[in-house]
Amino acid sequence: MLEIKGLTAAIYGKAILHGIDLVVPTGEVHAIMGPNGSGKSTLSYVLSGRDGYEVTGGTATLDGRDLLSMEPEERAAAGLFLAFQYPVELPGVGNANFLRTALNALRRARGEAELDAVQFLKLARAEAKRLAMPDDMLKRNVNVGFSGGEKKRNEVLQMAILKPRLAILDETDSGLDIDALKIVADGVNAQRGPAFSALVITHYQRLLDHIVPDRVHVLAAGRIVKSGGPELAHELEADGYAGVVADAA
Amino acid sequence: MNALTPPVRVQPAWLAQAASAFLSRYDGLRARLPGDAVAREAGAELFRHHGLPGMRDEAWHYTSLRPIAETRFSEPLTPVADCAALMARLPSLDAPRLVFVDGRFRDDLSVVPPLTAVRVGAPTFGGLARPERDRMVALNTMLAEDGASIDVPAGTDGGLLVLASLGAGSPERPVAFHPRHAVRVGAGASLTLFDVSVGEGVYLHNPVFEITLEEGATLTHLRLQDESQAAFHVSTLYADVAAGGTYDSFALTLGGRLARMEVHARLGGESASAHLNAAQLLDGIQHADFTTVVTHDAPHCASRQTVKNVLAGRSRGVFQGKIEVARGAQKTDGYQMNQALLLSADAEIDCKPELEIFADDVKCSHGATVGELDAEQLFYLRSRGIGAVEARSILVRAFLAEALDLVSYARTREALEAAIATRWEGLEA
Repeated sequence: MLEIKGLTAAIYGKAILHGIDLVVPTGEVHAIMGPNGSGKSTLSYVLSGRDGYEVTGGTATLDGRDLLSMEPEERAAAGLFLAFQYPVELPGVGNANFLRTALNALRRARGEAELDAVQFLKLARAEAKRLAMPDDMLKRNVNVGFSGGEKKRNEVLQMAILKPRLAILDETDSGLDIDALKIVADGVNAQRGPAFSALVITHYQRLLDHIVPDRVHVLAAGRIVKSGGPELAHELEADGYAGVVADAA
Repeated sequence: MNALTPPVRVQPAWLAQAASAFLSRYDGLRARLPGDAVAREAGAELFRHHGLPGMRDEAWHYTSLRPIAETRFSEPLTPVADCAALMARLPSLDAPRLVFVDGRFRDDLSVVPPLTAVRVGAPTFGGLARPERDRMVALNTMLAEDGASIDVPAGTDGGLLVLASLGAGSPERPVAFHPRHAVRVGAGASLTLFDVSVGEGVYLHNPVFEITLEEGATLTHLRLQDESQAAFHVSTLYADVAAGGTYDSFALTLGGRLARMEVHARLGGESASAHLNAAQLLDGIQHADFTTVVTHDAPHCASRQTVKNVLAGRSRGVFQGKIEVARGAQKTDGYQMNQALLLSADAEIDCKPELEIFADDVKCSHGATVGELDAEQLFYLRSRGIGAVEARSILVRAFLAEALDLVSYARTREALEAAIATRWEGLEA
């Protein structure tokens, strides 16, 4: 379970998050929607521990463990995964090697045996197939020369292999055509279950037609201004953010 | 300056004193040194006249020999009995090997190749070296005691041959040795030479290579400089490539407190090519200099250089790359890229590309980049559960991969990768 209480954060001294309160129970998928500049990406980076984001108050725990005091790799070991809005290219690093190194680092942290190259490739190929990714994407350098859609699929592949407790999907729908969107959504839905939860950050309701959330939260100016069921996403689509944000103000 | 006064080269006292120490060594040894005494005496005369290179010499502007000049070298004690530890540091390549300890050939440690003709026991002074210009080569010519002469007959494949130098000195008794190697690959023949230097303690390894590639010959030259961290390594290599020949080299510098690899490659016949690729991984107070001069002396020749530097601690890397294109060398294709990754604020890279072109139909380009580890890439790796140390290591190896991938033969590439991994673990510890 992800529990965020009174979280405030700044970047380069400028306050962006003004007190976030949010609970995502294990097994649930929540969506965070909001206009540009509302703090959606800041929230994902603060939770995953990126440099340059200063937490100025509040707490965030995953299954009762304090996320904010951990290094990024410790957060991953605790079960957190961030699907990047802009996946990073790693020239000279093979995708399969990268994934195996990451998986084995997590397995070590969990006290599980590491996978050898053969065991890993079997697993990776099966997951890649489910995401309609050609095998050669495992051989290529991480995200180098990938199209926008391939990069997003590669993020979902990583999630499928690393099996997080909580996945944060930061605008995973941006840059995807409708076919790719469905594949990515299916990939996320395949992870859903009693031990998995997700925070789906998106600007548009479109993705939420395919990943139907248990709850929808509206983030505006660094605060959650409204929460509701999946129907809230449709309301936003129909009326825009202006009404909701104004109501809350 | 008075026009009637001949220019007098005034050297700092420490440099002159070091030169005279080498000269008195020569005076004591000359009667016992093997090989061509005339060529040797000519080298000695040049060294007596010019001395050691100083920082006023343009070619040595970025690299000071002061730490070498301030070391008093003794003669190598013969023989160094226990070489097991140093032998264990050689890459395990299942191939014939010529092993030199403190510059002298060791039959008991070597496995002589079946087909390639090899002579050892004396230096071979060839016609490619330029002791009148290159002072460390004059020093080598004066004091060379041994060396390998390797000759691959025309039309044959010499396979893989390891040429190993084991250096053993102690801080109390540093030694200097100056092996002189000659390699000839006959017309249409080929050889892969894995040239590796390891050692312990304080010593100067000052080898000279003279490499002749006849028409259509190929030499793949892998060089692993993994000397003791307290040692000095100054090597000078001359390669002369005839028409259709290829000198394909990759030099990896990991060791030495002060190191310089100097390469002069001349493309002397049509469609000859030279690849002078290199990587340097340095830490602490290490200083390593990779200096190259490629001379395009015939039309339709190609030269390629990808040089990567990873610099940690207070280390300093130097790359000087000169491409000379002679008047008749039309359709020359020259490319040079130098990249540095600085892992600390105190590390430094000096890069000096030079193009000197006298032909009008040529394609020559060079580039240089300097940067730090990418924070976004580090965060991406760490967000996947990979620890900071391992993430840095992955990115450093990825940076070097572009140069290492140019080593096409998997066994030798893996040997170089293993050496990098071992050195990197030492750095991170």
